[in-house]
Amino acid sequence: MVKVVFTDHAGSEQSVEVATGVSIMEAAVSNGISGIDADCGGSCSCATCHVYVDKAWLGKLDAMNPDEDAMLGLSTDRQDNSRLSCQIRLRDELDGIAVTTPEFQF
Amino acid sequence: MSNHTCIVVGASHAGTTLALQLRREGWEGPIILISEESELPYHRPPLSKELLAGAKTLDEIRLRPAKLFDDNNVELRLNTRVESIDRSNKTVQLADGAILPYAKLALCTGASVRLLPGSERFDNVFTIRNAADIEAFRPLAREGSRVVIVGGGYIGLEAAAVLRKMGLHVTVIEAASRVLERVTSEVLSAYMTQLHGSKGVEIVTDTLVQELRGESSVELVVCADGSEYPADFVIAGIGVIPNTRLAEQAGLATERGILVDENAQSTDADIYAAGDCTRHPSALYKRPLLLESVQNATDQSRVAAANICGKPTAYDAVPWFWSDQYEIKLQMVGISEGFDELAVRGNPEVGAEGGFAVFYLKEGVVIAADCVGRPKEFMVAKKLVGQRVAVAVDRLADESVEAAALIA
Ligand SMILES: Cc1cc2nc3c(=O)[nH]c(=O)nc-3n(C[C@H](O)[C@H](O)[C@H](O)COP(=O)(O)OP(=O)(O)OC[C@H]3O[C@@H](n4cnc5c(N)ncnc54)[C@H](O)[C@@H]3O)c2cc1C
Ligand code: FES
Repeated sequence: MVKVVFTDHAGSEQSVEVATGVSIMEAAVSNGISGIDADCGGSCSCATCHVYVDKAWLGKLDAMNPDEDAMLGLSTDRQDNSRLSCQIRLRDELDGIAVTTPEFQF
Repeated sequence: MSNHTCIVVGASHAGTTLALQLRREGWEGPIILISEESELPYHRPPLSKELLAGAKTLDEIRLRPAKLFDDNNVELRLNTRVESIDRSNKTVQLADGAILPYAKLALCTGASVRLLPGSERFDNVFTIRNAADIEAFRPLAREGSRVVIVGGGYIGLEAAAVLRKMGLHVTVIEAASRVLERVTSEVLSAYMTQLHGSKGVEIVTDTLVQELRGESSVELVVCADGSEYPADFVIAGIGVIPNTRLAEQAGLATERGILVDENAQSTDADIYAAGDCTRHPSALYKRPLLLESVQNATDQSRVAAANICGKPTAYDAVPWFWSDQYEIKLQMVGISEGFDELAVRGNPEVGAEGGFAVFYLKEGVVIAADCVGRPKEFMVAKKLVGQRVAVAVDRLADESVEAAALIA
C-alpha cells in the first residue's frame, strides 16, 4: 500500500492508502477526494485531474510524456509542479507523496 | 408540508455529476439519484475501448465509488425506473408505483441506441450502450470469427479497432459515402478509412443494409446493392435517440431532445435537464445543439446544479470529444458543420510521423478542429474556438509557427 496526501486549495488535508499500480487520480476518485473531476476517466484527454505535486516529491516522478505536457498546455493555473494525476502511477518509492488540488479544474 | 428534495433521474455521466455537484453548490435537502441500471455508475467511453479489449474491468471504470454517494448523503437507488412525472403535484412515480415528491427535478435520462429493423428476433445482433452489452457478445468475439459492424460512427469504429486487434475478421458497413460523415470532414474520414484498412478492417460505404438473414442467428447480412456479408455476429452502431419520453408525457417542450435554456432549465421552472437527452441553445454556434459527449454531460450538469441551487450560471463551454482507436488518440473541439474553409497542419497520412490537426473556419473564425496525436493543437484549438479567434489559414497550416503562438 502507498499513502497519498491530498490538500485542497483551502488547505484541508486528507490522506488515503491505495495499492501500488493505481494512479493518483484513481486514488482520489476511489476515495472521494473532491477537487479532481477526471471527466475522461484517465485517458489523458480532459485535463480535469490537474494537481500540484509537493516540490519534495517532484524529483521522484517519471518525466512527463509529451501528451501530458501538451494537455496541461497553456493553462493560466499551470505551475512548475503541475501534473495530470491520471498519468502518475503509484510505486513504493512514492509512499507518502503529497499533492494539492487546484480550486477549479479546467 | 414543504419539500426540499431534489430528484435526479438517470445516474450516468450527467446524473452522477449533477447529484454530487448539488452538494458542492450547497443543496441542503435530500438528494435522490435514480437509475434503472443495476450497476454502480460507470464511464461509458471505455465500453468500446478498454473494457471491450479486456484492459480494464468494470470495477476499474466506475464513475465514483459507492462510498462517495453515502459521504455526500446522496441516496443512490439502482434498479429503479421513473415511469412518469406529475408536474402539478411535483411528484414522480416509480415503476413499482411508489410516488416521490420533489422540490426540483433533474432529468439526465441520456439516450438509447437505435436498433436495426428486424434485429430483435435474432440472438446475435448487438448494440453498445451499457456494460452488459459488451458481456453479451464477448463469448462470440473469438479470434477468427466474423463480425459485421453496421454504422461507421465513433462507436462502430472503436469496436472495429478493438475486435480487429483481437483477431476477428471485421467488416464495417456504412450507408453514407464516408465514415464519420455526420461529425467530421473528408480529411479525417479519409484518414480513418485508411487507418482501418491498414489494420485489415474492411470498410464498405454507400451501402445500405437491407436484410439480416438466418434462423435464430443472423448468418448473412444482405445489402440493398445485392452484396452479402457472412457474419458470426452483428453489432449495430447506428446512432442513438434521446430519451425524451418522460419529459414529453409531462408536457415539457422537446424537439429530438428535451429543450433547455442556457441555464439547463426546461420549460418547467422546477425541472432541469442535462446530458445526451437535451438540446440547448449554443451562444457559440448561434443554434440549438444536441451533443452526445462526456464533456457536455458533465459541464451541463454542473451548470444545472448551480442553477438549481439558485446561482445563475450559463452553459457556454466549448464542446470537445475524444476517441481512441489502435494507437491513435483523436481529440475534437467544436462543431465543424457549416465550415467554409479548412487548414491542415501536419501530414494526414497513415504512418506519417507526428500526427496532424485539421482546423475548420467559418468567415475566418476557427469553429472546430480535429486532432490526431496533437494534444497541443487540441488545447490551442479549444481556446481559439472559445474566444472566436480569427486566424489566417496559412498560419494554422504552417508548422514553423508554434501551436501556442496561434493564440497570441
Ligand atoms: C460505447 C460508447 C463510447 C463512447 N465514447 C465516448 C468518448 O470517447 N468520448 C465522449 O466524450 N463520449 C463518448 N461516449 C458518449 C458518452 O458516453 C455519453 O455522451 C454520455 O454517457 C452521456 O451521459 P448521460 O448521463 O447524458 O446519458 P447516459 O449515459 O445515456 O445515461 C442515462 C442514464 O439514465 C438512465 N435512465 C433513463 N431513463 C430512466 C428512467 N426513466 N428512470 C431511471 N433511469 C433512467 C439510463 O438507463 C442511463 O443509465 C460514448 C458512448 C458509448 C455508448
Ligand atoms: S482524467 Fe482526464 S486527463 Fe486525467
